[in-house]
Amino acid sequence: MNVKMSVVVRTVADIMVVPIVVFGIYLILHGHLTPGGGFQGGAVVASSTALLIVAHGAMKDNKTDLSNMESTGLTLFFLLAMVGLIMGFSLFYNSLAGTGGIFGGTVSGINPGYINTGGTIPLMNIVVGMEVIAALSLILWMMAKRSGSLEVEK
Amino acid sequence: MMLYYILQVLILIGLVSTAAAVIWFKDLISAAIALGASSLILALQFYLLRAPDVAIAEAAVGAALTTAIFIFAIKSTDRTEGYK
Repeated sequence: MNVKMSVVVRTVADIMVVPIVVFGIYLILHGHLTPGGGFQGGAVVASSTALLIVAHGAMKDNKTDLSNMESTGLTLFFLLAMVGLIMGFSLFYNSLAGTGGIFGGTVSGINPGYINTGGTIPLMNIVVGMEVIAALSLILWMMAKRSGSLEVEK
Repeated sequence: MMLYYILQVLILIGLVSTAAAVIWFKDLISAAIALGASSLILALQFYLLRAPDVAIAEAAVGAALTTAIFIFAIKSTDRTEGYK
């Protein structure tokens, strides 16, 4: 069964995947500064998976990798929520803000765009982005495989 | 300000006509593409209403992912609407 599209479509898809993934990662990493965040950036990155599946029609069997990535993201989100509880505050308390570590910088007044701020919020954006990329890619992969439009390479 | 109202009327016409096209098409793949176009116009309206967060989510999920999932689902069932 030939489910590959033409060479023009495949080449353009290969080129367009790069800016789509870069824009999605930008949305995830700047989630605490600009519009966007974990879910939006993850959905943008997962749309590049849709582009690749539709254009090439073949993909490696990475179902368990995607499933493990999704589980890791959710577990890390729960552990980051527990950090506030362990430090002596409530659940989801932003206990890393202003401590000087990673993402712990301080600003006075309105944040003019320093990315090294926010405490646990950027870390939660990153793990939610990881989870959303894996989950939506897994949904697309399963739907494409069951509808016969995807050849699974061993 | 006049341009803003003209744009609002154009977006309303586009939304209603694409939503009517989704119902009107008997070919389900055409209906899925029209649903993606409707979702893209809705994302433009969210952006104009100063909710860029929702606009990004609507454009990514509604226009790209939902259309792809609908097309994969239609490929494994019948392409035309109705019973045979």
